[in-house]
Amino acid sequence: MPRSPRPKLAVWKFASCDGCQLSVLDLEDDLLALAGAVEIANFREASSAVVDGPYDLSLVEGSVTTEEDARRIREVRAESRILVTIGACATSGGIQALRNFADVKEFARVVYARPEYVRTLATSTAIREHVPVDLELRGCPVNKAQLLEVVSAYLGDRSPNLPTESVCASCKRRGTVCVMVARGTPCLGPVTQSGCGALCPAYDRGCYGCFGPAETPNLPSMVRRLDELGVDAAARVRLFRTFNAGDPLFREAANASAPPAEAR
Amino acid sequence: MSGPEVGSRHELERGAFPAFLASLERHGYSVVGPTVRDQAIVYGEIHRVEDLPIGWTDRPGAGSYRIERRADAALFGYNVGPHSWKRYLYPAHERLWTAERDASSFTVRPEPTDGPALALLGVRACELAAIQVQDRVFLGGAPDPGYRARRQRLLRIAVQCGQAAATCFCVSMGTGPGVAPAAADLALTELIRPERHYFLVEVGTPEGARVLEGVPLRPAAVETERAAEALVAATASSMGRTMDTSGIRDLLVLQPEHPRWEVVARRCLSCTNCTLACPTCFCSTTEEVPTLSGERVERWRRWDSCFTLGFTELHSGSARRSTASRYRQWLTHKLATWHDQFGSSGCVGCGRCITWCPVGIDLTEEVAAIRATGPPATPEAPR
Repeated sequence: MPRSPRPKLAVWKFASCDGCQLSVLDLEDDLLALAGAVEIANFREASSAVVDGPYDLSLVEGSVTTEEDARRIREVRAESRILVTIGACATSGGIQALRNFADVKEFARVVYARPEYVRTLATSTAIREHVPVDLELRGCPVNKAQLLEVVSAYLGDRSPNLPTESVCASCKRRGTVCVMVARGTPCLGPVTQSGCGALCPAYDRGCYGCFGPAETPNLPSMVRRLDELGVDAAARVRLFRTFNAGDPLFREAANASAPPAEAR
Repeated sequence: MSGPEVGSRHELERGAFPAFLASLERHGYSVVGPTVRDQAIVYGEIHRVEDLPIGWTDRPGAGSYRIERRADAALFGYNVGPHSWKRYLYPAHERLWTAERDASSFTVRPEPTDGPALALLGVRACELAAIQVQDRVFLGGAPDPGYRARRQRLLRIAVQCGQAAATCFCVSMGTGPGVAPAAADLALTELIRPERHYFLVEVGTPEGARVLEGVPLRPAAVETERAAEALVAATASSMGRTMDTSGIRDLLVLQPEHPRWEVVARRCLSCTNCTLACPTCFCSTTEEVPTLSGERVERWRRWDSCFTLGFTELHSGSARRSTASRYRQWLTHKLATWHDQFGSSGCVGCGRCITWCPVGIDLTEEVAAIRATGPPATPEAPR
């Protein structure tokens, strides 16, 4: 049963490109249904009209990269009954987590004329590292249908249907020819969670791992296969350090020395 | 005008192949067959003979697959590609029913089962066997309405294998390479001579005979029949792989703790590719997709795999958390307990699971390893 007549929805932004929030606006026809089913109470990307909290459902985009954001996310948590993080930034630190492997002060010196004005943390971290999170919705960006499924499940008081299997399952269902097997193209599909509909292999590209690790990824075996396909250690770092660079499993795969060939 | 007799054999010139395709369409069939796409020979719509992989072949290996040019202009000069026919009988996504609320209750409408009659062109012997395996799954017990409807309007045009791939082992599984009489509606054997490119056509069913009405045919010469038999015999003797299936049920059922399961699990990505490429794997999951208002809900079925955690999700979590347990489940079901459940093996020896495994895990190698070190199978094996 639906909860209150029209639950209050809030959408929050932290360090991010806004692409996941735009996925909400990009719901097209479903956006009208969404606006009918929930009260869009606080969504700065869409409207400057803000209704005060507390909120029934908060969607949080972006990672924590400043002291101010580290404080603000605790406030958001405090006034949110259910908090769902949306997108790779919020769930693993995003592309900006590349700073976790470098000297952020050095970056600031190179990029900004007056780096002393920049107050930033040395790391970009996932929201769950700061506050308890009720659900993480992966992707860079998130998938519109999955986003709608999260809201629909909330309204129906049920668990959302968000498969955690590999991208390969999506490729096989849509009949895409495996780019790794048929072309030798390095592809993170076997270790990446589905949700995108296996977009990149359908356009002759290997999976970039936008949805982060699948449920039980065998990264040592994957690294070994990449090695056989000619992906050297430096190329492997680039492969695993993209939108989910901060994910612990992808971080480990990027750093791993290639395991020895497995005995048959 | 009537077609030829069931059981009769004819010669069809390559030049008359367009007339054959036209006849299939004239008899109301949408033709699906091999075509080159995305650097592979996949199954897709066939409207003209040029849609077929003319002059192409494939080289499936363990975890690798490449297509390349042939020296001749064969229409069916390949082995098996990434697709199997199962998607045409058992779609990867299928809506089963829709329910809508009304004033006091709700109404459930089953999905209509009408659709085009498909002619599958280029079905290999192992693939015919795979369709038979899925027939037992979907038509035995409580028949699946969608599968039954699609199966009833299906025309199977087999093509005998003129070659075997490195990953082929249909001889071991007893499913090929020869297509048994009447196993398909029509069975073609492609024969290419320097001076002549033609087909032996064997009529397996009345419907197979009907679709040949008006197609220019000639009675098969004895030499043509002999050439076709020799071709299939040569294919049978050039299988790239073998699997010793003697006592295989007990061999696997008695080995739940064999160390090999852990060895293969170190390579296995649990990515589901083997199961979804397999022409007989039939597992699915269903999900309800409601509208935001909750006024309407659709139930969808989609292909699932025993390699996912969710496949064995119970109140306390997944029952098969280790990859070793999932690989063991798949192989043991496929090759052993399938016999208990459906009266046959679940494997037809097509080799797709070997080819489309990104790390090239080879079930024939796994079975051989278990056989090499396991205790002999005994008749007292638990059932």
